Amino acid sequence: MRPLVRVLEGIGSTLQLLVRAASYTPTLPRQFGRFIEQCYLIGYTTMPIVAILSFFIGSVLALQSGHAGQNVGYKQFIGALVGLTMARELGPVMAAVLLAGRVGSAIAAELASMKVYQEVDALETMNIPPARMLVLPRLAAVLAMMPVLTIMADLVGWFGGAIVAKYTHFISIDPTSYFANLRQYMDFSDVLNGLIKAEVFGFTVVLVCCNIGLNTRGGPREIGASVTRAVVTSLILILVLDFFVTKALMGD
Amino acid sequence: MPTPSDLPLPPAAAASVTLEHLSKSFGTFEVLHDVSLSVTPGEIFVLMGPSGSGKSVLLKHIVGLEQPTAGRVSVDRHDASDPTTREKVRMALVFQAGALFNSMTVYDNLALYPREHRLASEEGIRDKVMRALQILSLENAAHKVPAELSGGMKKRVAIARALVMEPQLMLYDEPTSELDPVMSATIAEIIATLKEQYHVTSMVVTHDRDLALGIADRVGILLGGRLVFLGPPSALSQPADPRVADFLNPRIDLQNPRFKQLET
Ligand SMILES: Nc1ncnc2c1ncn2[C@@H]1O[C@H](COP(=O)(O)OP(=O)(O)OP(=O)(O)O)[C@@H](O)[C@H]1O
Ligand SMILES: [Mg+2]
Repeated sequence: MRPLVRVLEGIGSTLQLLVRAASYTPTLPRQFGRFIEQCYLIGYTTMPIVAILSFFIGSVLALQSGHAGQNVGYKQFIGALVGLTMARELGPVMAAVLLAGRVGSAIAAELASMKVYQEVDALETMNIPPARMLVLPRLAAVLAMMPVLTIMADLVGWFGGAIVAKYTHFISIDPTSYFANLRQYMDFSDVLNGLIKAEVFGFTVVLVCCNIGLNTRGGPREIGASVTRAVVTSLILILVLDFFVTKALMGD
Repeated sequence: MPTPSDLPLPPAAAASVTLEHLSKSFGTFEVLHDVSLSVTPGEIFVLMGPSGSGKSVLLKHIVGLEQPTAGRVSVDRHDASDPTTREKVRMALVFQAGALFNSMTVYDNLALYPREHRLASEEGIRDKVMRALQILSLENAAHKVPAELSGGMKKRVAIARALVMEPQLMLYDEPTSELDPVMSATIAEIIATLKEQYHVTSMVVTHDRDLALGIADRVGILLGGRLVFLGPPSALSQPADPRVADFLNPRIDLQNPRFKQLET
């Protein structure tokens, strides 16, 4: 019973925070500086790791499907396979997972420490709502940066697949036919589908990490506990939401 | 060089504070028990009491950071636990631990309030901030971050940050606890100036008897969450209540069994 109550309380407080932050949307133009700073922290600093990991994800996808397909004779479909899997599934999920680990943890740590050291209390007494100053710019920034991160993950993943497809002896498909195949079996709606998922995941991760950080109670030890909770909750939510959003986008 | 008498405050109506039968418990632990008092506009009220007697918790009720378990706290007749009260009455609390924004420079700590509430142009804000920093001898710390400051400097930044807010009600939680005697005198001067020139209401929690007796219009003493004394500072020289006398004039008794334990 206790864990269930805590989950419900968590959902409730997260939704409340969302409503409060959203109510300050008109203040966004004059918080432009904070928005840009968060775009930098959320987007720019996550790019290298997204690039490295998606390169290898694309490569291993090509390798596995080439290996499995070499006798059955579908290896000419590798381009489509890597292309669709990256765009519809692994690009957005990977970008969101890395966001949770790299950015979500940092957000939870920063807000938890502000809470523990009474900075959040100080903001409240100064009549500066934390939802406005601390949460809104981060939510806006993640919405702006997730598409960038996801498209980068897609492109780098396709590219990694193409290299493996060309240089692996049991596949050896040249990039021209790899990309021709990719283009033949997918269109922009597949990429768009992935971008919608990425926005949902990224927004959820940042919102949940903000909420867990701001609800930290107790001393400095609790900062670490909040970070762990934020990352674990984010990862669970990404995979659970992945299933439901995918199903919804299939019109099911 | 600005002195406390150059404080950059516009005249604003001072606020009153009323506590009616305030009780506060954390779980089953009662921190405040049936505390009633009122602070009139422009008054300097000093709250004293031993460590752990509930002074900080009492101040937090006034700015709405804690909700009463029973009773009522109001500021200018507005319920202090209502978040909109902060929009109606400008209150500043100098936190016991400073509560500075660790990711910002001292300058930005002070400038945050006027910037967020768009109270002045950036030059106007610069003026106010630099003046507050000078009064507290902090001009060389403007571009440092809190981690680079000493304990007393942090306390002074917290006071300067509260001054920039130009509050109608100033709450100080042990403002002089980490300061040298000269700086403590400056703080006393600031509190008195705010009253005389701008009619600001002040509540000061302190262990510093000189500060208390020097500036207070009235003094309250909390013991174990109960208000055991309320009156003018002159009444403190001959307190009727023996508990108050013990608190104000503690006897150091080296024969006390507690000290004996330390020796073995
Ligand atoms: N959030 C809280 N949860 C539980 N107990 C608390 C909380 N805040 C304060 N207390 C308890 O309330 C009592 C009074 O605390 P408070 O901070 O008001 O003391 P104080 O009079 O300001 O002491 P000091 O002079 O040492 O600052 C303490 O026993 C403290 O443990
Ligand atoms: Mg205290």
